[in-house]
Amino acid sequence: MKSRKLSIPYIVWMLVFTMIPLVMIMITAFTDSSGGFSLEPFKAAFGYTNIFLKSLWIALASTGICLLLGYPLAYIITRLRPSTQRTVIMLMMIPMWMNFLLRIYAWVLLLQHNGPLDLALSLLGIHGSYSNNTAAVIVGMVYEYLPFMLLPIYTVMGKIDPGLIEAAQDLGSNGFQVFRRVIFPLSIPGIISGITMVFVPSASTFVVAQYLGGTDDIMIGDVIDKIFLTNNHIGAAISLILMIFIFVFLVLMNLFGDEEAIA
Amino acid sequence: MKSKKKKGVLSKIYIALILIFMYAPIAVLIFYSFNKSRSAVWGGFTLDWYVQLFHDRSITSALMNTLSIAFLASIFATILGTAAAIGISNFKGKKRVLIQNASNIPIISPDIVMGVSLMLLFTFLGVIFGFEMGYVTVLLSHICFCVPFVVLNVMPRIKRMDQSIYDAALDLGCNQWQAFYKVVIHELMPGIVSGALMSFTYSLDDFVITHFTQGAKFQNLSTVIYGMLRKKIPPTINALSTLLFLVIIIIMVLINIRDRREEKRKAQKA
Repeated sequence: MKSRKLSIPYIVWMLVFTMIPLVMIMITAFTDSSGGFSLEPFKAAFGYTNIFLKSLWIALASTGICLLLGYPLAYIITRLRPSTQRTVIMLMMIPMWMNFLLRIYAWVLLLQHNGPLDLALSLLGIHGSYSNNTAAVIVGMVYEYLPFMLLPIYTVMGKIDPGLIEAAQDLGSNGFQVFRRVIFPLSIPGIISGITMVFVPSASTFVVAQYLGGTDDIMIGDVIDKIFLTNNHIGAAISLILMIFIFVFLVLMNLFGDEEAIA
Repeated sequence: MKSKKKKGVLSKIYIALILIFMYAPIAVLIFYSFNKSRSAVWGGFTLDWYVQLFHDRSITSALMNTLSIAFLASIFATILGTAAAIGISNFKGKKRVLIQNASNIPIISPDIVMGVSLMLLFTFLGVIFGFEMGYVTVLLSHICFCVPFVVLNVMPRIKRMDQSIYDAALDLGCNQWQAFYKVVIHELMPGIVSGALMSFTYSLDDFVITHFTQGAKFQNLSTVIYGMLRKKIPPTINALSTLLFLVIIIIMVLINIRDRREEKRKAQKA
């Protein structure tokens, strides 16, 4: 039980399958096809700045909408009876167990021309095209990741001591004040992990934009996927930039979370 | 009093709207799985797509691949991760923080970067040792992203465990192996089980990492679906989704029934 040796296989495993691959990405990003040191891959990577920015924009929008929808939902759920709480949470989780690609494909069907949404809205006299645009991509992302926002916030809110809320009420706070002074500050750690859990996968996702987006809705993940078919070095450079960006984001979120915890 | 009731109704409407948002796409998939016509328009009821689904070799073999990879990956990851968690808990200070952070890298780095980096590793090793990517490289990659979840689930259990019960078992005549197996593993079991379950579900659902490490011949369910979506989409996919959804619902209901029973038993004991 006192043995550290048990962790040796995993430490070796991490070296081979986590560290070395990361080093290989770095090496590939800083060399050209002749194998010598080169900054060309990064120069080429900066040609994709617009796509990179668009991916970030889509990811930010999806994260924001997930927060706007998920936060009130978590709050409402915590006020229900415990057995009802469990049922609603389970109902929110079930679609997550469906295959990722099938969930996206479902939206393709739902939004398609002459599809269910189109038919329903045309009964009301509204005609339009709902697929193949940025909004459809964001809807798809929100659908994929909403439970990732809901669960951490719900968990944190569920742990808030009801005594604190009663105390605030006894001291004369109205419903809104209780929310602003007690519930909201205490739920910030949940918000932060929710934002992280939605933003990281949605910034780096691929496939979603391919099916739901228009011709100019290309995300950085799709670029990485395509480019590795032709040029490893540029692909590695873009991957490296994406990874560094996400690490910076995580560090910032952590700093913000710590500060909130102190204040 | 009146405003409270109003609030309750509004809350219920809000939950209902969100649930409609979550289930409408699935309802659409199920609806189209019975549609005779291949287009968006309803062309009459049929079960043909279900029949075709079971005759589609690429789907059935991909399903078997997905299940066997998920099964093996979660077993290997659980063993490796449990041992690692116990080992890591015996390190102290900076070393421990370092190892734990390294272990979390696959969780926090984007899937696509991990997939790409493993692909680079396997193509490099493949050139040296003369192998091609396939079943084994996918299995190794899945173990990679599963182990951290096992470590994360087992670690808190170790922290909560009373170290002296292991010593007590030794004093009472267990040898080291018995004490380890009967006491330590027994205590960690809930963490081990949830780590294994998480591994299994993540492996089942994985697309990105498999996509990059599968090579030319291997396919799992996700990558088969991906391939189909790129061409003209066959309605068999709708039938497949409906069946998967049915299986998920059955599993979830069974889990729920089991949980309720356990709660009742606990309540009776108390």
